[in-house]
Amino acid sequence: MKYRIKFSKYSSMVFIGHLDMMRYFQKAIRRAGLPIAYSTGFSPHQILSFAAPLGVGLFSNGEYADLEFTSEIKTAECKKRLQEVMVEGVDILSVKVLPKDAGNAMASVAAASYTVKIRKGHERDDFSFTKEFDRFMSQNEILIEKETKKSSKVLNLKEFIFDYKADADSIYLLVDASSSGNIKPGLVMEAYYQFLQKKPEAFEFVITREETYTRDQNGQLISLDAVGEDL
Amino acid sequence: MRKLALNDEILLTIEKPARYIGGEVNSVMKENKEELIRFVMCFPDVYEIGMSHLGIQILYDLLNSYEDVWCERVYSPWMDLDAIMRKEQIPLFALESQDPVSDFDFIGITLQYEMCYTNILQVLDLSNIPIFAKERTNEHPIVIGGGPCAYNPEPIAAFFDLFYIGEGETQYRALLDLYKNCQKDGYDRMDFLHKAAQIPGIYCPMLYDVTYHADGTIKVFYPLYDDIPKTIMKELVTDVNQVPYPKKPVVPFIKVTQDRVVLEIQRGCIRGCRFCQAGQLYRPVRERSLDFLKEYAIEMLDNTGHEEISLSSLSSSDYSNLSEFMDFLIEKCKDKHVNISLPSLRIDAFSLDVMSKVQDVKKSSLTFAPEAGTQRMRNVINKGLTEEVILNGARLAFEGGWNKVKLYFMLGLPTETIADVKGIAELANEVAKVYYETVPKEKRNGKVQITISTSFFIPKPFTPFQWAPMGYAQEFLDKAHTLKDTVLEQLNKKSIRYIYHEADVSVLEGAFARGDRKISDVIYKAYQKGCIYDAWSEFFKQELWDEAFEECGLNVDFYTTRERSVDEVLPWDFISCGVEKAFFIREWERAKAETVTPNCKMQCQGCGAARFKTGICFDKKN
Repeated sequence: MKYRIKFSKYSSMVFIGHLDMMRYFQKAIRRAGLPIAYSTGFSPHQILSFAAPLGVGLFSNGEYADLEFTSEIKTAECKKRLQEVMVEGVDILSVKVLPKDAGNAMASVAAASYTVKIRKGHERDDFSFTKEFDRFMSQNEILIEKETKKSSKVLNLKEFIFDYKADADSIYLLVDASSSGNIKPGLVMEAYYQFLQKKPEAFEFVITREETYTRDQNGQLISLDAVGEDL
Repeated sequence: MRKLALNDEILLTIEKPARYIGGEVNSVMKENKEELIRFVMCFPDVYEIGMSHLGIQILYDLLNSYEDVWCERVYSPWMDLDAIMRKEQIPLFALESQDPVSDFDFIGITLQYEMCYTNILQVLDLSNIPIFAKERTNEHPIVIGGGPCAYNPEPIAAFFDLFYIGEGETQYRALLDLYKNCQKDGYDRMDFLHKAAQIPGIYCPMLYDVTYHADGTIKVFYPLYDDIPKTIMKELVTDVNQVPYPKKPVVPFIKVTQDRVVLEIQRGCIRGCRFCQAGQLYRPVRERSLDFLKEYAIEMLDNTGHEEISLSSLSSSDYSNLSEFMDFLIEKCKDKHVNISLPSLRIDAFSLDVMSKVQDVKKSSLTFAPEAGTQRMRNVINKGLTEEVILNGARLAFEGGWNKVKLYFMLGLPTETIADVKGIAELANEVAKVYYETVPKEKRNGKVQITISTSFFIPKPFTPFQWAPMGYAQEFLDKAHTLKDTVLEQLNKKSIRYIYHEADVSVLEGAFARGDRKISDVIYKAYQKGCIYDAWSEFFKQELWDEAFEECGLNVDFYTTRERSVDEVLPWDFISCGVEKAFFIREWERAKAETVTPNCKMQCQGCGAARFKTGICFDKKN
């Protein structure tokens, strides 16, 4: 049976990279004594996959991993047992059972939302960081150069920003996170600062991924755990 | 939420920030009350190495089991963070509380190899603790060293307040109780150290002095006070089934060298190889019971979530119940999808059978450690392994499907001749020959891959070779080249690869291993010149060490290539590992006579370890 877990990443755990998070969960699942399924072959590995890698230094309230169990376990029970073996900095937010035909977490990611704030000590006197964001977004198009492995191409960033909101001290972004148009929030901030004729400082932003989305049959964005159900 | 000692900018700039954030699974947090004794255990090398060390996990677990103690961990910051901490004057901190190391009551430094000595100075320096013990005041932590290198603590004596000689499980409670008592009525550092030096196994270098002969050898080594012991007997656990062992070892976030459950099945070794220090230090051999091992194996796997378990001992094949324990592990690990790794196994029919069950034969390689290339040389070092046994083991392995073999040797052993050096290549050639004779062409999975690896022999204290001359760097390299040429002259040269260690580092390690108090200044000078992480070849700076020796007016050869007479006062003579000097002298003579000595199971040699009234000495006489 396929399960999907949603978890957060905060505190010192933001310094743990994606591959180490996978190792962390592999060990956590063993500690929790969950009936995880293994692949066949001489060196079997747990059937466990993550939705969207999160960069080192980013916080998250919406990380996802899919896993397969060999026997049925109640979602609340699974959540409790996993939470018991977590360290400070990772909390299990939900556990859902996936329908048989559900796509895997990674392939089904369509979008992700982020909150961007100014890191303590990086506040600037000369401007309010969020004030001009509406004006930035009201441009007809936002052309940027995106570097790929071999070359770079020009794209219209605006098409990849599905929603946004600028508050007094934070900017909310809902951006494309599909395999074809994966946009990192840092890229948006760079374009915004260029528009302001400024340059972001190193480590200027604190970024939190708030949620990861997929699309339902109607093409509407829904959170990845809206696909599954409680058991 | 824990506040980190390093800010986000630094953590996001350096390599592997997980080395410094603590908070790992099973790491211990305590409420920081005033009366708590704060202890920090240090492995003076990078996190991934230090976290792989079993000894610290044992002591961490033991000390944290005391309600009045909080034991934390600290490792050497890597070079990137080292530079930042110096520039921004950030004091070194412990991983758990992230509090400065200088605030602690004790810093315990494990001494696993000589080449970490400059890193000890790095740790003290970054902690703002005076590097020299005599400059510390009541405000500073007590710096205590332990581990195998503490058996000759003299080269680093100046940097330590105390050394703990022997196995750590036995005397820490007494030491901590003494510390608490001393704090009750106006703490005085020297008063505490003086009293601590009377606890069995504890050595306080400041309370001893040395005089030298004109030739630089030791005249007298003596305690400064009548109530300070003249000799220090090592501490030893008499019942290995009753002593605490960590059921919940700390699980790192990043991949470390030893990324698995490590279960110590026995302590000590029956073999008595004459070059091996561990084989003497941990005498007598003491086995853990099957019940103990079964219980701990399961609990440790459950508590860590590790996907691999490794059995630790100096010679696993000598553990009496290995077969039964392996059956148990194989059975249990199958359901849990846990891999089993078995280092230090002798290659024979039994071990090959076990290994074929737990490893992918095609991928894994087999390791033989003949240590020397000819029977004569193996007799000198008392490695009771004959060519027949090696070739027979190889044949069985090849029949079982293995085609990768590693062979470990030492160059520069006492009495070694060119024939012994060439004998290494010849033995490897014979192993290759066995493959081509044993495995028919149609069944071969390509060529047999034999790797010869040599290290340079370093005489260590508390071995029969402690009086032996060590080779010169150039001599080592000449031997390595001779060996390489011999490999290339042989029929099976295409099946044999040869790798050897650097000679310069070995020479320095040799000087430290048998060094005296005078070496402390060399280490201090070298550190000030920028020597650090000497165990890492990319950071090792031979020319700075040469300068340091020169400026201190000391000659490396005095410590390395000089043969000692058995009458000479050795820097570590005031310590006893339980084995008597008379035994080492006897063994040194037998080595020179190329005579093999039977192991502890075959026949007691009266080495002196029976004084501990435990282990194999006691089992036999019982």
